[in-house]
Amino acid sequence: MSNAHLLLPRLARILEIKELTPREKLFTLQFEDGKPLGHNPGQFVEVSVFGVGECPISVCSSPTRGDYFQLCVRAVGLVTNALHGLKPGSLVGIRGPYGKGFPLEVMKGQDVLIAAGGLGMAPLRSLAQYIKDRRDEFGKVTVLYGAKEPGELLFKDELDEIQSVGECFLTVDRADENWKGHVGVITTLCPQVSVDPTCTIAVTVGPPIMYRFILQEFKKMGIPDDRIYLSLERRMKCGVGKCGHCQINGIYVCREGPVFSYAQIKDLPEAL
Amino acid sequence: MPTMVLGKEGVYPFVENLLKDYQVIGPRRKDGFYIFEPISKPEELVLEYPIALYPPRKFFLPAKEPVLRFRLGEKPEVEPVVEPSPPKVLFGLHPCDLHSTRLLDAAFLKENPDTSYEARRRDALFVGIDCLAPCDEYAFCKDMGTLDPQGYYDLFLTDLGEAYAVEIGSGRGEEHLRKYSAAREATRAELSKLEEVRKERDRNFPSRLKFDASKLPEILWSRFNSPYWGELAKRCMGCGSCTLVCSTCYCHDVFDRVELNLKEGERVRVWDSCLLEEFAKVAGGLNFRPSLEQRLRHRFYRKGKYLWDLFGLLGCVGCGRCTRHCLAKINPIEVFNDIYQEYSQA
Repeated sequence: MSNAHLLLPRLARILEIKELTPREKLFTLQFEDGKPLGHNPGQFVEVSVFGVGECPISVCSSPTRGDYFQLCVRAVGLVTNALHGLKPGSLVGIRGPYGKGFPLEVMKGQDVLIAAGGLGMAPLRSLAQYIKDRRDEFGKVTVLYGAKEPGELLFKDELDEIQSVGECFLTVDRADENWKGHVGVITTLCPQVSVDPTCTIAVTVGPPIMYRFILQEFKKMGIPDDRIYLSLERRMKCGVGKCGHCQINGIYVCREGPVFSYAQIKDLPEAL
Repeated sequence: MPTMVLGKEGVYPFVENLLKDYQVIGPRRKDGFYIFEPISKPEELVLEYPIALYPPRKFFLPAKEPVLRFRLGEKPEVEPVVEPSPPKVLFGLHPCDLHSTRLLDAAFLKENPDTSYEARRRDALFVGIDCLAPCDEYAFCKDMGTLDPQGYYDLFLTDLGEAYAVEIGSGRGEEHLRKYSAAREATRAELSKLEEVRKERDRNFPSRLKFDASKLPEILWSRFNSPYWGELAKRCMGCGSCTLVCSTCYCHDVFDRVELNLKEGERVRVWDSCLLEEFAKVAGGLNFRPSLEQRLRHRFYRKGKYLWDLFGLLGCVGCGRCTRHCLAKINPIEVFNDIYQEYSQA
């Protein structure tokens, strides 16, 4: 019999809570035993608010940043709303990290094109931080980041940091009176971007509708399917390949994803 | 290991002896059905039974079970719950039910072994019994290749008339047979009788699947976009009864339940069904399988392709329980044959 119960979370303390937008909060957490989470960018954890339940959240900080980890949480369901009600110092349960993250080994020495839509910025921030902290392992970095409205842009005060990693293009679908930047869906940024498809890895995280269009843009740029990576959202209830809720055709997203190469999933009718 | 023989008069004493050290679970009559339940005396066991209402999976993956217990407050405490499970003998399982346990074992014991399942499964001993005729018109085990238990048992009984042939599938099986029963080695005549009985058994089961079951994954996959699934979904009521009685369904949900004192509670695992609307829905309302057509197709593909891809085992063992309980009498053998027809005409 295995030592640890498969579904037993470890306790982690909320060190800090920062409101990013009216809907999203950034939680900084640390395990009570002081051990690091040991994740890779793109992996996720199962977060427990005891008495309410458990839900999957992607990690939005880089493992290079120390023993803490961060989760960017949109209040949208039972557990996430309960999380938003917690105060710094509260203890939550964490299982994981689970799944496969971004292909860091494949990306080494390559240019990286990042396209983030909305909350998709959360896992990609983890990647951007990782690249910044190991800058010489990667080539040219380009970041495209789109949100519906200026007020929905996440990590606004960190844009300088992202710009220090590579060129960063922002857009919003609908501008307000203060917005001076680009307006339009994320794909409208693509004409400004020049990539060398022979040495570029494209990484995108966003809502399903965005994938349909951004993938076409990547193809136009000449990036092959096996060098395009995306993260798929599903109901990853157990995180350990048992409960069945996250299946895309025969694939358990919690085990084989959530990050997939486009080549891996393009023939799965349920994927996109 | 040699094939043994146990006279029919030796079955009750065998079970009686097992009951001293084990919880014995087997088919018994209840309200006009046969169900698997713990027995308290050998006479309760009915070894000649058509099919048990529910498969044996509930003894390893209960319909509802606590997995964690927690205390709420400033400093929550959480501990795993592994309910004590007495060592048990499952006595009198048909080959289809042995095969389904094989699949559940693949799902719960291999990668990321499941603590609760493992604890229930660890000491369980399986005594199977050969089916000499189909349970009823819904059974199609032979077509799915599950009429032969393929060694997935500790002991396996075949009715020879006056006695049972007992085949031994494991060292534990042999040990238990020696310790608890008066079985003796089969004579040459009994061995040829066993062979005869098997031949007759095979003749008793009609072949209903129009192709070899090992081709099912490929055949299904080629017809994913067939309008057939939409037509089938018009008959399906999406009630999930089929998943409830399926011997290989193991999808589940997990939720927290808090005591009325609001100080403590438990995390509970319950069976779920991919046919229900909420199954693939995420917070925020996005549903990745919003239509019944998609959900019904998913169920058939899980049985006929996805589990095969994962474990090399078909998820349908041909027990026929789903059809027996389906209000619309949706029948896998008909579905598989219909899809095969499309496949061969395409």
